Amino acid sequence: MSGYSDAAIWFVILALGVGTFLLRWSFLGAAGRRPVPEWAGRWLRYTAVAVLPALVAPLVIWPPATGGTPDPMRLAAAAATVAAGLLTRSTLWAIIVGGVVLTAGFWLG
Amino acid sequence: MAGSGPAEPGPAPARDAAMWRAARMGFLHAFPFLLVLAPFAILFGVVATAAGLDILQVMGFSVLVLAGASQFSAVQLMSEHAPVIVVLLSSLAINLRMAMYSASLTPWLGRAPAWQRAVIAFVLIDQSYGMAVQRFEREPRMTMAERVGYLFGLSPVLCLPWVLFTWVGATAGKMIPAEWPLDFAVPITFLALIAPMLRTVAHVVAAAVSVVVALVLSGMPSGTGVLVAGALGMAAGAWFEGRQARRAAARQLDEGRAE
Repeated sequence: MSGYSDAAIWFVILALGVGTFLLRWSFLGAAGRRPVPEWAGRWLRYTAVAVLPALVAPLVIWPPATGGTPDPMRLAAAAATVAAGLLTRSTLWAIIVGGVVLTAGFWLG
Repeated sequence: MAGSGPAEPGPAPARDAAMWRAARMGFLHAFPFLLVLAPFAILFGVVATAAGLDILQVMGFSVLVLAGASQFSAVQLMSEHAPVIVVLLSSLAINLRMAMYSASLTPWLGRAPAWQRAVIAFVLIDQSYGMAVQRFEREPRMTMAERVGYLFGLSPVLCLPWVLFTWVGATAGKMIPAEWPLDFAVPITFLALIAPMLRTVAHVVAAAVSVVVALVLSGMPSGTGVLVAGALGMAAGAWFEGRQARRAAARQLDEGRAE
């Protein structure tokens, strides 16, 4: 991995591992039966659905692999993935549909 | 206390037998989820290897972090040369939901021995959380030992294959021709995770705000736009949910007056 030393990579792995464990352990480990405050629950509910789209949006519109030029094949695959995910409510089916569209575009293109 | 089971059965052998029965049930219930987890783990192995991680580092992610979406995001941000702090903050933000799982399991498991709670915390993933809560709510008479047994039974079925299939992907990934559009496996995986999560208007609002802000800020140093967009997306979702709750309360008040 260019730009990252082995030590930096292992630091990311270990810090992410410890941090994630602490998040999982937080309430269970403290074993206080304190409920999550309402405002906190409200924020926590939207973390995944807010962070993941922010990561993915630039990659879909300006793929690094094409030098940042929007690519019809990748856009079609992204649209198909979202549509399949909304219709089936299944991550697996969405991946399969997106992969098939991407592969089809690759072979045809 | 809400959610606490009936008193533990007295003799230890009877309790152990019940725990084993619950563990066997969890073990069997978990198998269908492998259909989702195995391809996802293979994909992580392939993508992380393609990004330039060696096999030990790839396995380090799957063994020590054990959280798919955050593993993908860390690898993606590292290959964009984002600073370490940005990689960590973004990936941990994705795992904040685990704190919510932890809180929601506490009424069911808070009285279990500390080492059992620590083990459960380590192997707590989306699927095991979903299975456990469904089961505990449907069977409120389960004892503490049975609940712990259920989670101990289902976790190896979910977590060991995650590690094993990561290895399969990391090994097989080298055989994939370089011209394949493998770069796009990560966006597809993320979109496939996001779409089923868009259950309410508030979720859609959070995602939409996040996308717009991320695109506007895409010129910012790598990864920092994600943090701002993620925070604003969360704020938008929370704000919209609060607004809906206030409106519903106001409506109820109006109806009460009308009667």
